Amino acid sequence: YLDCLWAQIQKLKKDRWQERHILRPYIAFDSVLCEALQHNLPPFTPPGHMPDAQYPIPRVIFRMFDYTDAPEGPVMPGSHSVERFVIEENLHCIIKTHWRERKTCAAQLLSYPGKNKIPLNYHIVEVIFGELFQLPLPSHLDVMYTTLLIELCKLQPGSLPQVLAQATEMLYMRLDTMNTTCIDRFINWFSHHLSNFQFRWSWDDWADCLTMDLEKPKPKFVKEVLEKSMRLSYHQRIVDIVPPTFSALIPAEPIFSFKYGEETGSSLPGYPVSITVSNAIKNRASNEEILTILREVPNPNQEDDDDEGESFNPLKIDVFLQTLLHLAAKSFSHSFSALGKFHEILKTLTESDDGKLHILKVVYEVWRNHPQMIAVLVDKMIRTQIVDCAAVANWLFSQDMAHEFTRLFTWEILHSTIRKMNKHVQKIQKELEESKDKLEKQQHKRRDSGDDEDMEKNSEEDEEGQLEEQIERLQEKVESAQSEQKNLFLVIFQRFIMLLTEHLVRCETGSVDISTPWYKNCIERLQQVFLMHHGTIQQYMGTLENLLFTAELDHHILAVYQQFCALQL
Amino acid sequence: MSAKLDALKSDSYIEISQYRDQHFKGNRYEQEKLLKQSNTLYVGNLSFYTTEEQVHELFSKCGDVKRIVIGLDKVKKTACGFCFVEYYTRGDAENAMRFVNGTRLDDRIIRTDWDAGFKEGRQYGRGKSGGQ
Repeated sequence: YLDCLWAQIQKLKKDRWQERHILRPYIAFDSVLCEALQHNLPPFTPPGHMPDAQYPIPRVIFRMFDYTDAPEGPVMPGSHSVERFVIEENLHCIIKTHWRERKTCAAQLLSYPGKNKIPLNYHIVEVIFGELFQLPLPSHLDVMYTTLLIELCKLQPGSLPQVLAQATEMLYMRLDTMNTTCIDRFINWFSHHLSNFQFRWSWDDWADCLTMDLEKPKPKFVKEVLEKSMRLSYHQRIVDIVPPTFSALIPAEPIFSFKYGEETGSSLPGYPVSITVSNAIKNRASNEEILTILREVPNPNQEDDDDEGESFNPLKIDVFLQTLLHLAAKSFSHSFSALGKFHEILKTLTESDDGKLHILKVVYEVWRNHPQMIAVLVDKMIRTQIVDCAAVANWLFSQDMAHEFTRLFTWEILHSTIRKMNKHVQKIQKELEESKDKLEKQQHKRRDSGDDEDMEKNSEEDEEGQLEEQIERLQEKVESAQSEQKNLFLVIFQRFIMLLTEHLVRCETGSVDISTPWYKNCIERLQQVFLMHHGTIQQYMGTLENLLFTAELDHHILAVYQQFCALQL
Repeated sequence: MSAKLDALKSDSYIEISQYRDQHFKGNRYEQEKLLKQSNTLYVGNLSFYTTEEQVHELFSKCGDVKRIVIGLDKVKKTACGFCFVEYYTRGDAENAMRFVNGTRLDDRIIRTDWDAGFKEGRQYGRGKSGGQ
């Protein structure tokens, strides 16, 4: 940003400060103004650097187009011209002012003064994508930009959609080098946009992705777009909208995979109990009755019939959860209701960390073709404390999930989990602050009340005592929550370091280039965790540096940490 | 001067509409108070085939969705074109009013409006034949 602006100012100086885009309404009043009292501007010294000065985070100017991309009509000002700066600033300003009302925002953008001198549609599209792809975060919700672009298409149906299509094509061409976080946003934007326009797109233009390895950025992008598009419509729709040549990229039909079905599962050890449990649930048996039935499930982990009772039995979890979720597979609501009804049983089964990990494994196994369902079930299970956040992190990084490591849903679940943890800590901190405020008010009231009856004084003291107890409890709760939060980040970063180190060592020993699509994804996902949650991570930098990001680490991994520190977010 | 500047902060998409639920148990004032604090949206003009999953995917773009209740025909107990979406925070619901209201879901332009809060029974259509 600064480099670009500096170049623009220097060019402006070379052009003898001539600039024609800033509105100059005062020119119309020149005759009056030149007669008025003139003032001298005092000299101005910018403040020097201070150790505790807070700077805005570094910004990159996002550019897609140059004058060759808009061949007809007015010429697009060059990237180092100050006109470009002025136009972009003004468009950003319009969005900042009117983002809450998309129709007004679109109308204001399209009536930009001086629009006849520039290819306005190109500037608008470039500025909007610039904000959408901004790192660490866009200025506004992703969905604001989607609906703004839709409004713009409505107002300029003969010209804007074409520019948008051109932009989409250009972004597609550059997927190989696009930052992973930006690819996520591109996927979400494009699928949501298409869903408003009957999914009409010239898919054949992208036939080049069909001959590539499916892990490469272009076919991966198309696959994720089709998956997201399916979530906003339905499977058959997706089959209908793409050419038959794209069948390898079409998502799987989002149906339940039941292990204990009659045809395929009747020989499995858990099958008989699965039938019994299924009937018990249908007949509204009590939790005790179901737990009794489940005791019949043999434990593959135990050699002898150790009648310990509730030690970790993966098969028990498997049989119960598969059966329950199968009965509830009809919709999200059915599944949530099932989790709620049998909450007690689930909590018993997942008391241990092994249990928590295994329940996640089973949820994945049954719903592996419906990642959206997996995400909402994991969310519910965290909120109802059937699993904890660290268990989810460990599960996503586990060997069992390695083949899904580069899929978008994996990272959506991880970031959602981190956000829940953060919100939980914030909530308790807020409760603590509120209680402290309440106590302070009580104490002031007591001091100001003077000579009251003894009885009133006693009840006030009781109240204060209760508040002090509450504050102590909340203090403990906050410390416990923060400890859990710190542990979550430690787990996540530790897992990243393990995976990346393994990859780097393997490549080094085999004298193979480290830059595989997997590596690019993984290292950028590590960056993404830092950037998306920088506010929270700041508190734990000391621990991270002492325990994980030490000098012994491979420099590729350490570089990510050091770059993050250098941003001074 | 300040009236002009107010236009810069205009946020008309989140205002409560003229609609008031005739079956609401309470007076107009109470209803309006609930509407102004509500985290729940009524969503109309859904296709009869629109699923909870589709609604969840779209409305999740504005924040974490707490609950979705699909509106049902009172007689047939099948989906009849509306639903309720409840968020954990009002801010997320406001964003849905700004960015989802008037856009398409399952090819239809859907409409969102503030709702005083879901209560058991309100998921049933009140039309003569049992639909909306």
